[in-house]
Amino acid sequence: MALRQCAIYGKGGIGKSTTTQNLVAALAESGKKVMIVGCDPKADSTRLILHSKAQNSVMELAAEAGSVEDLELEDVLSVGYGGIKCVESGGPEPGVGCAGRGVITAINFLEEEGAYDDELDFVFYDVLGDVVCGGFAMPIRENKAQEIYIVCSGEMMAMYAANNIAKGIVKYANSGSVRLAGLICNSRQTDREDELIIALAQKMGTQMIHFIPRANSVQHAEIRRMTVIEYDPTNPQADEYRQLASKIVNNKNFVIPTPITMDELEELLMEFGIMEVEDESIIGKKAAELAA
Amino acid sequence: MSALTREETEALIQEVLEVYPEKARKDRAKHLAVNDQSIEQSKKCITSNRKSLPGVMTIRGCAYAGSKGVVWGPIKDMIHISHGPVGCGQYSRAGRRNYYVGTTGINTFGTMNFTSDFQEKDIVFGGDKKLAKVMLEIESLFPLNKGISIQSECPIGLIGDDIEAVAKKTAKEINKPIVPVRCEGFRGVSQSLGHHIANDAIRDWVLPRRDTQEFASTPYDVAVIGDYNIGGDAWSSRILLEEMGLRVIAQWSGDGTIAEMEMTPNAKLNLIHCYRSMNYIARHMEEKYSIPWMEYNFFGPTKVAESLRAIAAHFDDKIKEGAERVIAKYQAMMDEVIAKYKPRLQGKRVMLYVGGLRPRHVIGAYEDLGMEVVGTGYEFGHNDDYDRTIKDMGNATLIYDDVTGFEFEEFVKRVKPDLVGSGIKEKFIFQKMGVPFRQMHSWDYSGPYHGYDGFAIFARDMDMTINNPCWSKMTPPWLKPVAPETEQKAA
Repeated sequence: MALRQCAIYGKGGIGKSTTTQNLVAALAESGKKVMIVGCDPKADSTRLILHSKAQNSVMELAAEAGSVEDLELEDVLSVGYGGIKCVESGGPEPGVGCAGRGVITAINFLEEEGAYDDELDFVFYDVLGDVVCGGFAMPIRENKAQEIYIVCSGEMMAMYAANNIAKGIVKYANSGSVRLAGLICNSRQTDREDELIIALAQKMGTQMIHFIPRANSVQHAEIRRMTVIEYDPTNPQADEYRQLASKIVNNKNFVIPTPITMDELEELLMEFGIMEVEDESIIGKKAAELAA
Repeated sequence: MSALTREETEALIQEVLEVYPEKARKDRAKHLAVNDQSIEQSKKCITSNRKSLPGVMTIRGCAYAGSKGVVWGPIKDMIHISHGPVGCGQYSRAGRRNYYVGTTGINTFGTMNFTSDFQEKDIVFGGDKKLAKVMLEIESLFPLNKGISIQSECPIGLIGDDIEAVAKKTAKEINKPIVPVRCEGFRGVSQSLGHHIANDAIRDWVLPRRDTQEFASTPYDVAVIGDYNIGGDAWSSRILLEEMGLRVIAQWSGDGTIAEMEMTPNAKLNLIHCYRSMNYIARHMEEKYSIPWMEYNFFGPTKVAESLRAIAAHFDDKIKEGAERVIAKYQAMMDEVIAKYKPRLQGKRVMLYVGGLRPRHVIGAYEDLGMEVVGTGYEFGHNDDYDRTIKDMGNATLIYDDVTGFEFEEFVKRVKPDLVGSGIKEKFIFQKMGVPFRQMHSWDYSGPYHGYDGFAIFARDMDMTINNPCWSKMTPPWLKPVAPETEQKAA
């Protein structure tokens, strides 16, 4: 089987890293050879696989050694649960330097060092929530991830972010082979959440590949720095991640997305009762004016 | 008299513009003009200080070049850190020939390159810590430095390093001035914004340092602003001012020091040579310290005498007499120079394309030798430069702003000047075309050209270039007679 490179995007705090690691653990459990590349200066994309606080990142080690050229692949690559290979790009503290450049440097390093060997079935890039600059689009550029999964929920801002990410994908899809492969709904238990995301996916020309219900077992596992798959393999939530994994393995639905306009998104939200119909008469009115 | 009539020059511009695609043609048309001395404001005929078009081979530099290369670099007793990757500093090192007195590496540092040599990790994690370390190392290795300036290269602006905070903190530690300059190369359309940014940094970080300090003034204190001492220009200027009785308390920035800059607010009059790069600070000192300023021109005896008298007019009779004495003293020497070279140069026509003040300031020097400037233009001038140029140039001469490689070549081919004066990038193109050429940025490794002494050298250099016998001996390859086809095949 040829190597499949997938990137996980989504609004900050939506549960990308947790979802990715549980998903990857399920893939590994089923015998797939997988690598995770964390593309976030926080370097928290591999902690559940490695049972560590934060893995030593490529940029951190490069800074210590002098430059990335002084690093060897084995310096940055750690192997965790199920033989999953883990790399963190790393980057600066908030407020200094350039985190985007860190992602670019780290991914170039992995390619040059041959980290993507023939033995691998999957590479997953877990990318910082906000694609703030070109560096965070690195995983979807030419010859990198071809499949993008967007984690979202039925909350308005999460859907708004998903739609924006789709816009970014269109830009790169037209010049390369990157495609949107589906929305992963990480439930926040809002009303008719699954229907809403299915409708959104349809409008964007894609699918909701799986609906992950909210379950405390995920948090119980996370406190122990483990995935649910490893912590409690018999838990029903583990099965949810196994289903997501098998759907991704069998996924053939790769599209150039059709992002929707802000108006369309608002219409959808109103249809599902998340947003009230706008009252034009109150816009720009101060409390005192409304009271009068 | 220009060789081309107004109509011919206008037609030439149209013909040269023909090759451009429509959008480029429309843009470039605004930057090319036929001079008309009756126009009062240049904005009626020419557009300047606009973004260059991609692909036209502009000769412009960047904001970093304007700050580090022009304004700050010549301050000899400070160390100027090219903050960022190594190339910007290394490839601009010592390139402008700003002469200075001192022992390089001990108490002066003009020709050395100091850089924070950014690597990937400095981009990703920020370069503030490295910058602080570089400055402490500088302080221990070169303890006689009088201060440090931080010249930002592009990445500094992109990653948002707080160089001001590092500067303040380290300045306290080493008890010396440290000046952060935000002259990232991508800012602005040319080096011109770099001059302005550098001026602002001097205004904010240097000038107020001695505001409360006593100064033993004289009524004759002046500062020379905007002379970069290329090939010794400021020296051959300064002696004239001193001979007429003035006291030069500061030289900006050729052979200059930070102490001189700090003391400049005590001057009675600021004398501006390069208006383009330092008018900002002169205006500031006028506002804050009420120091009047004036432009002067020390190229060629006519302009030197005019300028000396105009400067003296700001002072008492002692200085006015001094000016006359200086003019009289050098007149015989100038007459000799002109007697020797004018017959060899009379009627020769020149096209210029340079920066700063030279596209207008050197016109008088050529005219003193009986020559005529038939085309001129500024790399990074603004409209106030062109305002000052219109009256100095003959009617129907060519004016070109931010000229492109193609335009300049075509103009030279058609106007057929006897001499082209421009920079290193243009030199060999025109020499291979068989046109005598002088570098008018670096004086072609000669100089000084300012003042009376400078004029003697200027006259000699123009003569040896134009009347060099090599021009009659060479035929460029494309003008060689075509060899018969059979011979070519045999070869």
